[in-house]
Amino acid sequence: MNGRDSSRALDLYRRMLLIRRCEEQLARGHQRGLIHGACHTYVGQEAVAAGVCAQLGAEDVVFSTHRGHGHALAKGVPPRELFAELLGRATGCSRGRGGSMHLFAPEVGLMGTSGIVGPCILQAAGAAYTFKLRADGRVAVAFFGDGAVNNGAFHEGLNMASIWKLPVVFVCENNQFATEVPFSYSAGNPDVASRGAAYGLPGVAVDGNDVLAVDVAAEEAVRRAREGGGPTLLECRTYRTRPHSEGMPDFTYRTREEVEEWKARCPLARLRVKLLEGGTPRNWRRSRRKSRGPSRTPRSSPRKVPGPTRPPRPRTSTRSRGSCPRRPSAPLARSRSCRPPSRR
Amino acid sequence: MPELTFLDAISRGLWEEMEADPTVFLMGEDIGAYGGAFKVTKGFLEKFGPGRVIETTLSEEGFVGAAIGAAYTGLRPVVEFQFIDFIACAFDMIVNVAGTSRYRWGKGVPVTFRGPWGAGGRAGPFHSRSIEMWFAHSPGLKVVAPATPSDAKGLLKACIRDNDPCIFLEHKHLYRRIKEEVADGSPAIPLGRARVVRPGEDLTIVTYGMMLHRTMEAVAALEGRSIEVLDLRTIYPLDRAAVVESVKKTGKVMTVTEDTRTGSIAGEIAAVLCEEAFEHLDGPVVRVTSPDVPIPFAPTLEDAVLPSVKDIAGAADRLLRY
Repeated sequence: MNGRDSSRALDLYRRMLLIRRCEEQLARGHQRGLIHGACHTYVGQEAVAAGVCAQLGAEDVVFSTHRGHGHALAKGVPPRELFAELLGRATGCSRGRGGSMHLFAPEVGLMGTSGIVGPCILQAAGAAYTFKLRADGRVAVAFFGDGAVNNGAFHEGLNMASIWKLPVVFVCENNQFATEVPFSYSAGNPDVASRGAAYGLPGVAVDGNDVLAVDVAAEEAVRRAREGGGPTLLECRTYRTRPHSEGMPDFTYRTREEVEEWKARCPLARLRVKLLEGGTPRNWRRSRRKSRGPSRTPRSSPRKVPGPTRPPRPRTSTRSRGSCPRRPSAPLARSRSCRPPSRR
Repeated sequence: MPELTFLDAISRGLWEEMEADPTVFLMGEDIGAYGGAFKVTKGFLEKFGPGRVIETTLSEEGFVGAAIGAAYTGLRPVVEFQFIDFIACAFDMIVNVAGTSRYRWGKGVPVTFRGPWGAGGRAGPFHSRSIEMWFAHSPGLKVVAPATPSDAKGLLKACIRDNDPCIFLEHKHLYRRIKEEVADGSPAIPLGRARVVRPGEDLTIVTYGMMLHRTMEAVAALEGRSIEVLDLRTIYPLDRAAVVESVKKTGKVMTVTEDTRTGSIAGEIAAVLCEEAFEHLDGPVVRVTSPDVPIPFAPTLEDAVLPSVKDIAGAADRLLRY
């Protein structure tokens, strides 16, 4: 690996390590009862978010899934905001109202994770429509799993993106199970990348546990989108090595051997081996200082996440009761847009 | 001042908003060269171009999801449904995604969902439904149902400018049947406020949409009775204060809705009055509604299902004599 390559590889490695460390802490927090509700970790799939998001600028946007911690971190959501959200605190990125599956940070281009499978594909197409209309060179990315591929939103979204030639990249993280239903069972055509042809757009399959391969494929797809070449379907074949959601039984639908086999293909371990082939990379320390990598991972338990420990205070009304007749009407996020109408 | 039909007023409102704000754009089936199923967007493609008048695929969930994505990134989409009944295909996107966005994330979704609504057109079960309460019951959505051309234009403007998702219901039976003088460049009308159409002392009738016109006919038939008629205009947020104030004056109230009986806004109004004006009521809260059945196809059956002028006048007369 030459200097430039190893520097890029180190950056990707740090992005993956940040996700892995955060997920491990969150899993522990869930086991200790500090985090309630569903907690879908991204362990094993880090190469996909890291590789794709490395190709995006801050102005590009990402729409994500229920398994979205990795996308949020890779796009730049500070780990503390992620942790605070899962702990149900007002300092979370969604002020404690969303939780694990409803992360939102438009300031870094994370346009939402979703507790329902499918919408991200359509919203990414819509955001891409905005970018096309404004001709501002931005790109939208939808991350979704193999489960979403069998959903109507996939069909509708890819078709719309294709006919309007939208600057969007559809990233299918094929981890082979929709919750616990094997993709091999549920797909009439299990080759996701080949489905791109049905909509007249390129479909590319890569090893989703090889971050360098994901990086190269994403570079091409993002470049095509940015240059007006239209959408790409990128299938990243990968595997989650933790249960669907923390605390769920894991070996009713797959074997321990299979999980161990995939753990041996850990994307971090594979890159580490490559990086160390020629000894410790020379620029390791320098790039570490420059990186916003794992040094920012909360090292302590979720209990020690700073900020108020009390949950957010409920408001009396969540629905504004009046209209906003005046412009400019686009409010900053988190402001109340409407005042109640005065009464006669 | 030009005299506009209900349909023309909606069309003018859209036109003026698109001229005033370059972030407003239209999505829907057949809205381009064809001008929409009822021709609301006739001439828009030529004026605003295909970038802002988007002919969509036949996939309601798909283009509503895309509209929400566009709204997140700075545009103000106005989505037309060929018939508002088809909004059911996009239910998840509207109720779960758009409706909860402000609460979950602090960011509203400025999308207006509009389309031809209601019965009376002999169009059968899938082209005639009253869908307002599906959304009025869903936190985060506003539901607007005008009954006159000037209200239609002003309220549509308010919906488009609103920073949260609005469902704008256009009664298709009124499209070309009613006319009114509406000024060019008329202002937006605030959402959430009812209008006293006719003042009165002895009975309040609360209604909206096509039923306002039937109610006015019924009131005319009950010559000499002092009846106040309130047009809700916005189903959610409900103008509770206006209803309560009127009932405090008249002591009796009747609601007239085209919507089916169970779970219509009539029940909510009755509950509000029990909570806020119980001691002012001099009689039962009477609901005139459609029965809990789909809208039938045969004209005789459709007429039997919808509240008629005679039904309204009869119920009002009985309540007045209570």
